[in-house]
Amino acid sequence: MSKYFKAEITDNISLNKHFKILTLTPQSDIVVPQPGQFYMLNSNNTYDPLLKRPFSIFGCKNNTLSFLYRIRGKGTSCLSNLRGGDIIEVIGPLGNNYPEPAGDFIAVAGGVGIASLLPLLDKRKNTGYLFYGARSKDESVMLSEAGALSKETFVATDDGSEGRKGLITELLKGFLNNLKSEISNFTLPIYACGPNPMLKELSKIARERRIKCYVSLEEHMACGVGACLGCVVKTVSGYRRVCKEGSVFDSEEIVW
Amino acid sequence: MVNLSVNIAGLRLKNPIMTASGTFGYGEEYSEFMDLNRLGAIVAKGLSAAPRQGNPTPRIVETPAGMLNAIGLQNIGVKAFIKEKLPFLKKFDIPVIANFFGDSIDEYVKAAVELSGADGVHALEMNISCPNKQAGWIVFGTDPEIMEQVVKAVRKETKLPLIVKLSPNVTDIGLMAKVAEDCGADAVSLINTITGMAVDVKSRRPVLANNTGGLSGPAVRPIAVRMVWEASKAVKIPVIGMGGITTAGDALEFLIAGARAVAVGTANFINPTAVIDIIDGIEKFLTDEGISDINEIIGSLKIRS
Ligand SMILES: Cc1cc2nc3c(=O)[nH]c(=O)nc-3n(C[C@H](O)[C@H](O)[C@H](O)COP(=O)(O)OP(=O)(O)OC[C@H]3O[C@@H](n4cnc5c(N)ncnc54)[C@H](O)[C@@H]3O)c2cc1C
Ligand SMILES: Cc1cc2nc3c(=O)[nH]c(=O)nc-3n(C[C@H](O)[C@H](O)[C@H](O)COP(=O)(O)O)c2cc1C
Ligand code: FES
Repeated sequence: MSKYFKAEITDNISLNKHFKILTLTPQSDIVVPQPGQFYMLNSNNTYDPLLKRPFSIFGCKNNTLSFLYRIRGKGTSCLSNLRGGDIIEVIGPLGNNYPEPAGDFIAVAGGVGIASLLPLLDKRKNTGYLFYGARSKDESVMLSEAGALSKETFVATDDGSEGRKGLITELLKGFLNNLKSEISNFTLPIYACGPNPMLKELSKIARERRIKCYVSLEEHMACGVGACLGCVVKTVSGYRRVCKEGSVFDSEEIVW
Repeated sequence: MVNLSVNIAGLRLKNPIMTASGTFGYGEEYSEFMDLNRLGAIVAKGLSAAPRQGNPTPRIVETPAGMLNAIGLQNIGVKAFIKEKLPFLKKFDIPVIANFFGDSIDEYVKAAVELSGADGVHALEMNISCPNKQAGWIVFGTDPEIMEQVVKAVRKETKLPLIVKLSPNVTDIGLMAKVAEDCGADAVSLINTITGMAVDVKSRRPVLANNTGGLSGPAVRPIAVRMVWEASKAVKIPVIGMGGITTAGDALEFLIAGARAVAVGTANFINPTAVIDIIDGIEKFLTDEGISDINEIIGSLKIRS
């Protein structure tokens, strides 16, 4: 079982203009990924783009791996051109994973961060309260699929085209305040993946209410395996590698 | 069976392929992808006498066929290396080359002395692409006189084979190689990264937190091959070539141009078994060409007149 393997593209489906799901079939035995782990992918052995890019494991079923991605720049554009039958080389699973929730939990996804959280919602079916923030209805991909795995779902979009208009962190605050009045010492851990400002706000919310908050961070990566020290984040105990000690950190460890 | 083994500065390498400092961690990171015993030698991440926390992020950015890095030489320090990382490396039957640096001559000497006293370090590679805080932050390896001072000072204090890693950010690489040789270096290695910059046009800021960074990867290879050729003409001591090596063919270019061994850097990031693939590829090339000894290839460049 190697963490570096060849895989055949099974399909590469467009959800809309910006989002796609890539599914691949490894050509050798693989290590089973845990929710929160990631893989390094690139379109092929090209020199430009040169480096592989990190993507969270989105699905692992019937010996296939799938990834939900947003087309952003050169690397993801090339990924989007892959077709069924193409062979690529993959490194993974890498990084740590979300610690298993003991009971009910809160999952906060910002945009494509849903890719990282959906496997957790799936593993712990109907125990997660999903808070999903996105730019618009179009961008809240996989909402019904994720919602079906969750105990309750709350949505906020920047333009109000889906769910509430505004920030998902505001919705979460309201939810937590209500919980407080119902059950005094009710604490649900937060699991979050999304843009940094959202994660920073969540860490504040969690600190004020003394709840555990696990955040999956993003940083530019070269190797993905801890060798280059390119992907570090500042923590209370110095720089830590997002690809190795993370990508999931206790929000209290991060110097925001 | 072809012979792949080469001798460098008193070290016998089972093949001429080593890892480039800073691209292979302390060896552990890639040990789950390969048998480290297959490597010619392992060169660990650059060490300083005291730990260094390195630069803020972004530390890396991709550029066409290459990448810029400004890690800022983050490392755990010589003492922690000897205590925490060396025991792992000692389990393997390959030479361990400790790469080190400092920001003053004293710091270089301190690191070299401590590493020389450690059981399991077989050679030292001295990174002179660092600014000298006592000389207006001029990079040691870009000024022949400052370079001479630091190499001489280190040479006096260590009996281990000493490899001086040259900076490519100079006009005459042959001259710098000669300075290293005259100061008593047992080998030179090159190239370190080439200083570069990338700008975000919307914010009009440099992409890297450090503003500038070091370019590596396939983009630098032709420059590196040329410099290895020039350096190997200038000195009698062995030259270790690196810069953009991604395939066996790339490695052979350096060997033919005069390198007695080569190091693989950025390619590890893209293909975690790159070093093994390159070793296998060189063996296959020699077999196919009917060459029985790698040493027949080294420096065999047929210059066009
Ligand atoms: C652990 C981890 C898991 C991830 N999981 C997913 C996922 O499941 N789905 C998904 O769509 N994306 C994910 N990402 C982000 C993804 O890696 C980047 O979108 C991708 O690398 C962009 O590559 P590009 O060549 O298309 O863009 P580039 O041309 O390199 O850059 C386009 C934009 O993306 C930014 N960017 C580049 N690399 C990264 C990076 N590593 N992290 C954050 N921003 C970056 C750049 O600053 C720039 O603004 C993840 C990142 C990490 C670190
Ligand atoms: C991320 C990174 C970190 C590096 N760290 C060091 C270092 O600590 N010491 C050193 O002498 N060279 C360091 N280098 C330079 C490499 O060892 C090598 O000389 C250079 O990258 C050229 O080879 P390449 O193109 O194969 O990567 C580093 C390079 C990279 C990309
Ligand atoms: S990406 Fe290289 S250390 Fe994390």
